[in-house]
Amino acid sequence: MEIFIISLLNGLVYGMLLFMLASWLTLIFSMMGVLNFAHASIYMVGAYLAFTVSRFVGFFPALIVAPILCGLIGAAIEVWGLRRVHHNGHIAELLFTFGLVFIVQRLVQMTWGMLPMAYRVPPLLDFPLFNLYGANFPAYRGFMLLISAGMLFFTWLLLKKTRIGLIIQAALTHPAMVSALGHNVPMVFTTVFAGGCLLAGLAGVIGGNYQTTEPGMADAMGPIVFVVVVFGGLGSLAGCFIASIIMGMIQTFAVVIDYSVADLLRPLGLAISGDTLLTELLTVPVARIGALLPFAMMVLILLFRPRGLMGTRDT
Amino acid sequence: MSTRWLWIAAIVLVAVAIPWCFYDVAHHRHSGFMISMLSQMGLMVILALSYNMLLGQAGLFSLCHATFFGIGGYAMVHFLNAAGDGSLPLPMEVMPLLAGLSGLGLAIVFGYMATKQRATAFAMITLGISELMATAALMFHHFFGGEGGVTTNRMIDQSLFGLNYASGIQVYYLILAWTLLATAGMYYLTLTPLGRMANATRDNFERAQFMGYDPRVVRFLQFSLSGLFAGIGGGLYAITYEIVTFDALASPLSANALLMAYIGGTTVFGGPVLGAVLITLLQSGVSLLSNSWLVYVGVLFIAMVIFAPAGLSGMIRAHEPIRQAGRLKRLTVPYLRLVIPGLALVLGFVGLVELMSFLTIGAAQGKRLVLFGHAIDVHAALPWTVSIGALLIGGTWLRFEAAHFHRVWESLTADRREQA
Repeated sequence: MEIFIISLLNGLVYGMLLFMLASWLTLIFSMMGVLNFAHASIYMVGAYLAFTVSRFVGFFPALIVAPILCGLIGAAIEVWGLRRVHHNGHIAELLFTFGLVFIVQRLVQMTWGMLPMAYRVPPLLDFPLFNLYGANFPAYRGFMLLISAGMLFFTWLLLKKTRIGLIIQAALTHPAMVSALGHNVPMVFTTVFAGGCLLAGLAGVIGGNYQTTEPGMADAMGPIVFVVVVFGGLGSLAGCFIASIIMGMIQTFAVVIDYSVADLLRPLGLAISGDTLLTELLTVPVARIGALLPFAMMVLILLFRPRGLMGTRDT
Repeated sequence: MSTRWLWIAAIVLVAVAIPWCFYDVAHHRHSGFMISMLSQMGLMVILALSYNMLLGQAGLFSLCHATFFGIGGYAMVHFLNAAGDGSLPLPMEVMPLLAGLSGLGLAIVFGYMATKQRATAFAMITLGISELMATAALMFHHFFGGEGGVTTNRMIDQSLFGLNYASGIQVYYLILAWTLLATAGMYYLTLTPLGRMANATRDNFERAQFMGYDPRVVRFLQFSLSGLFAGIGGGLYAITYEIVTFDALASPLSANALLMAYIGGTTVFGGPVLGAVLITLLQSGVSLLSNSWLVYVGVLFIAMVIFAPAGLSGMIRAHEPIRQAGRLKRLTVPYLRLVIPGLALVLGFVGLVELMSFLTIGAAQGKRLVLFGHAIDVHAALPWTVSIGALLIGGTWLRFEAAHFHRVWESLTADRREQA
């Protein structure tokens, strides 16, 4: 039972972190038709910047400074990069952000080196928040939940309750009309792109010491985030939220399940032995294939719902 | 038409003859470095060309191309092992086709799912497929051998020509033959109605739909066939290295396929060949000298995406109308004027990248930056100033020269555009 509750909480923390990244990725996609492959790279840059900034002024100022820097980087990418390739079509934009992944990856390695950074949880938040059946739940994870929930609320508030949100929503579906009404649509695009990068940076700041800050973190996070976006349905924030939570739960629960398909079949009187590919598939414990499950889930949902969980449109 | 055949004959002749140019007469053996580099080129040519069946011809941005290359490799290892046991009495020369069929089989399975979508969604789905297979390769030991990969022995003594493939040169000629065969096959496909419909769905899938073709079927067929050729490449890979690990189907190789095809140029059939040869040369040459060769490839790629979306071969082809008008000479001076600022820009950039990389990665590896026999202190201000200066001056100067070049180019092509 305690394993269940702790895993539930951990899954929630991880799922919300995924949602911070995936939500604006899907928003940027539905607005500009651009899938930012470098989104996870910005997440990594956020973590590294937070590490460097926090060495000088402490963690909490870094929580503000690093995301803003990431937002500025995002704005620069949009203005000097994406706008230039926009007229060549969506494939060119995809290729552009894909190339960025390489460059950011190597630049990070060149600036900070190949080794993991000693980016730690701030001492102020380094205590057990509560104790559940003998297992501690760190306060920092509670803080992460707080930040990501706050971000969720902020995104909702921005989109639904402000004038800017209204224009963003209109520009999602009718960019030409919004432009004709006198709004600067490219400016809106830049704002949204920079906003997405800002939040990716924020996710990096709080995710960098939750996981490890090392040059491989973008490659580890990127595919999962894209799977979340596809699984939830491209362009659907609600689907994205559900998918993030599901993926977070899968990732954390898979680690603690030590059963395989063969264990399920045993009560039915089917014993599996031997050394073939099929028996290996059936006897491998779930804990060992945890990393595989998100991708397998994506393949499954594509078989039955090609548009994803709540996707409404084709691309 | 006849000049094209001449070009093809010349390329084939060079490919056949080039190992003998590096023949070590004193020791009666071929240069191992050259043979392995040429073999690698052949493999990469197949990979890049088959990738371009998707990106260039069908407008599909796939990120799981290495999956089919890798599965061809893994399958080939198992086929070779079976042949070694005597349970698969097939000559070596036709075995890559079996590997290709394995690639085809997997591409049919994944293609069924991925080609339901197009453009961005397609790219993301293929990314998921690539990760799925790469993770699976590390987890399932029976077929993939886990992290250690699977090994084989290519000397199975089953050959149409009595060859045992003990030496690298024999393998190189096998690769060359299959590369030519695969290239011819892929070129032939561009002439078939399928190839033409792939172009049509790339350019305007709605219109293709109105004409009664299902774009999804076209995408699916193109995807599956490209998996076939990638599998052939993977089979040859397994023959060359006699070991296949998860590197053969992981995402860096898919990215490599994309880089080669795009830098070479996706709009010309031969473009990816150029890209594959160039990138393999860079990989073998620059990666020995520099830690950060991927930065250069990445920057080159982004620069191509922004400034030259048609790739190198597209740039070359753009000169064709000017050449036909006999005005190519008038471009000589503008080109020469680009050289100095261009060199300054490149040197400044390379200098900065190397300084940065020696400051961190190099220091961790205990290496020192040595230029023309002089050790350079990466903490001193001078090399940094020189690099930044060269970068800024070269960049600014190049902007002016590029504007001048653009004016000359426009004036040379103006009347031609009026005619059109």
